[in-house]
Amino acid sequence: MLEVHSLTKRFGGLVAVSDVSLTVPEGSITGLIGPNGAGKTTLFTLVSGFQTPSAGRVLFCGEDITGRTPERLAVLGIARTFQIVQPFAGLSVLENIAVGAYLRFPHRADAMAHAGAVAERVGLTDLGRPAASLTVAGRKRLELARALATGPRLVLLDEVLAGLNPSEIRDIIPVIRAIRDAGVTILMIEHVMQAVMSLCEHVHVLANGRLIAAGTPAEVVGNPAVVEAYLGHGAAGRLQKGAAHG
Amino acid sequence: MSSGTFAAYRPILIAIAALAALPLAVPMLVSAGLFAGANTFYNLMIFILIITLAAQGWNIAGGYGGQFSFGHAAFFGTGAYAQAVLQTRYGVNAWAALPVAMALGGLVGAVIGLLAFRARLRGSYFALVTLAFAEVFRILANATPITGGAAGTLVPLRIGFGQMQFEAPAAFFYLALGFVAVVLLLNRLLERSRFGAWLVAVRENEDAARALGVDTLTVKLKAITLSAAVTAVAGALYTQKFLYVDANIAYGAWISVEALLAPIVGGIGTVFGPLIGAVALIGLGEAAKTLIHSAFGSAVPGVDLVVYGLLLIVVIAFAPRGLIGLLRAGGGR
Amino acid sequence: MFRSYPPQIVLEAVLNGLLTGAVYALVALGLTLVYGVLHIINFAHGAMLTLAMFAVLVAHLGFGIDPYLAILPLTPLFFAFGYGLQRFVISPASRNDDGAILLVTLGLSIVIENLLLAIFRSDTRSLTLDYSFSVVDLGFALLSLPRVIGFGVALVVAAALWAILALTDTGKAIRAVAKEKLGASLVGIDVNHIYAVTFGLGAATLAVAACLLMPSFYVNPRVGNAFVLVAFTVVVLGGMGSIAGALVGGLVIGVVESLSGLYLGESLGQIGIFLIFILVLLFRPTGLFGAKA
Repeated sequence: MLEVHSLTKRFGGLVAVSDVSLTVPEGSITGLIGPNGAGKTTLFTLVSGFQTPSAGRVLFCGEDITGRTPERLAVLGIARTFQIVQPFAGLSVLENIAVGAYLRFPHRADAMAHAGAVAERVGLTDLGRPAASLTVAGRKRLELARALATGPRLVLLDEVLAGLNPSEIRDIIPVIRAIRDAGVTILMIEHVMQAVMSLCEHVHVLANGRLIAAGTPAEVVGNPAVVEAYLGHGAAGRLQKGAAHG
Repeated sequence: MSSGTFAAYRPILIAIAALAALPLAVPMLVSAGLFAGANTFYNLMIFILIITLAAQGWNIAGGYGGQFSFGHAAFFGTGAYAQAVLQTRYGVNAWAALPVAMALGGLVGAVIGLLAFRARLRGSYFALVTLAFAEVFRILANATPITGGAAGTLVPLRIGFGQMQFEAPAAFFYLALGFVAVVLLLNRLLERSRFGAWLVAVRENEDAARALGVDTLTVKLKAITLSAAVTAVAGALYTQKFLYVDANIAYGAWISVEALLAPIVGGIGTVFGPLIGAVALIGLGEAAKTLIHSAFGSAVPGVDLVVYGLLLIVVIAFAPRGLIGLLRAGGGR
Repeated sequence: MFRSYPPQIVLEAVLNGLLTGAVYALVALGLTLVYGVLHIINFAHGAMLTLAMFAVLVAHLGFGIDPYLAILPLTPLFFAFGYGLQRFVISPASRNDDGAILLVTLGLSIVIENLLLAIFRSDTRSLTLDYSFSVVDLGFALLSLPRVIGFGVALVVAAALWAILALTDTGKAIRAVAKEKLGASLVGIDVNHIYAVTFGLGAATLAVAACLLMPSFYVNPRVGNAFVLVAFTVVVLGGMGSIAGALVGGLVIGVVESLSGLYLGESLGQIGIFLIFILVLLFRPTGLFGAKA
């Protein structure tokens, strides 16, 4: 469904993403992991059109979408969430979701009805309150709901689980799985390894802007290069633990 | 129209009806000493309505869309001059001139918007560039022959419905009220439309809006065009009311300031904000003028504007959602 | 359509433009300094200049103080005024929100301008001094003495401001806050104090500018508006926050205004400035010398 070919992004002398190629099969949940500063979010901004790559191509369903703007990609069926959640603070929860729903439903009544249905799918209630009043977990769900409301075929999830406590994570994992089961392909950046182990069929590992490993979660966790990349951050142990529980 | 839809428009219809009934109270207000006579009342009300209309225009791009223009005089002035020049130089009928004035104002808005938004100007930069455009128009209007140069343009007094000049002051009041009413309804329609939702999304967070498929440039362009067109109608009405424009009236900083003060004081990005703000500003300004006049025995210039400035600061400091926000908070909603 | 002038007249226009430009630069310095640190445009800048010019007027008419000597009391006075305004009005009223600051400074400008209108009325006034019409004869051009003095002092003030920023501890703190507000507050810099000091410095430069302007210029309650738009242009041209940019930008704008006045006439002459302003904003918003966006 999504093919990334030799994608590179330079900022001045710094190469944030270097010659990265990966594919996301239709109907999969694919993970993108790596230590902080590995270039994961930059890769997302390239794929989602917020920045143009210095080199390389992005294909969506075989069509070259390199350098297209985010709004055009949304029309094509690619949605993204932001690592730092960005609710429209002045709007209610339902109105927030409706902004996304309007993409496929130009009329208010239809958009609102669709927004309500999406809210239910991600487990959001009390939709009339201001979005600014939501808790962190609520905002993450809202971020997810808004993206889903645009009717995507592929969603890019940037750390939707970051900042959540273990019970909140446990609650949201089935929501993500249900989204995939409804036919939406998912590419997710994630630090929470239990979630990666339980959700993803396939994982790509970025370090210093390069792809250093790919495979099933279990394969990747056992890969010495991956452990090496994480060690400096003391995350190797967490990986092991994640593998044991997964 | 479903009952939910009607409920959304009901407060507006009630407000319009109340305003339309105001002339009934004129004899009472005059005998109570609040107004020197019926004409004083109508002149004040017409002025308030014209400012309201200009402010309603500003509120579309500035309030709903978050694009703070400091130069809506560019649109007001274009409407005012078009209305005057089309009649005096081209013999166009006043009623026919009005839509042209509106379209020209919208065009100016679209061009300025296209230049500014394509250059990705926002915040202070957008405010500055709109201010500069208004100044360019002011200087040009002051120097070119078609606008009458520094002498301005005088529309000949020819009372008659066909000329949009009325014997009875109430007639112009109802004309201005009609436009304000249409824009009130239009704003509610906007709030409940896809365009309105996208416009507010652009105000709140452009990146998040783009990720949801909102073409932010198009949305902002539509907003500034509509915004400019509405403010241009206010300018055209000004011309019809006072039958005279010059560069400092039409393109002066005063109207840019009034157009943005009224919505901010009344309640930014709300249907009633511009109306409530215009009533509060002009009402308090007049009250201050009268008070100072009676205290010092003569008129002191600038007093009303001091009140405007203070009110702006006080509202920002204590009621960022404007008077309407205070009313809602007071009402417990 | 352009008239052609003998080179001597053009040269004199350029020199006069440079003299005016130095004062523009001085007015713009305060604006750019405040922008560089607080990242806001102070819309009250023009009104504060008008206030300073009236202060010079009152000092002269009421107390017989020569405008140039008035620099001594007015500079600290305006520093205190600017400091207080930021610390006790702008900052608390706006909760340091950018849009709110913009509107609060707009509100202040309306209040100041119209208080002056209420007190002094709309009459245009000027000072009559022994040296108001003195000239400096360069042989090839005659220049007004007060404007030559203004040019010199403006350059000195710019140098002094640069020295304050580069050499003093407060200057270092100002630059630290300008670069990284959070970091500065983490190392113990009182950010609100620095904001107010910056605002105070901006107001102080206006006091000096007013003292330099009054011997050869006039004042009315709206006079600041003309200067503030020019100052915005200078700041945008020079790059927001750049002191060297403001200096060069001021001189450039002074010359542009003088030449376009010569060729286009007084009323259209101002358009040159606004067109530069708009073009720079649209096509090079970082200014000709600014590096950062």
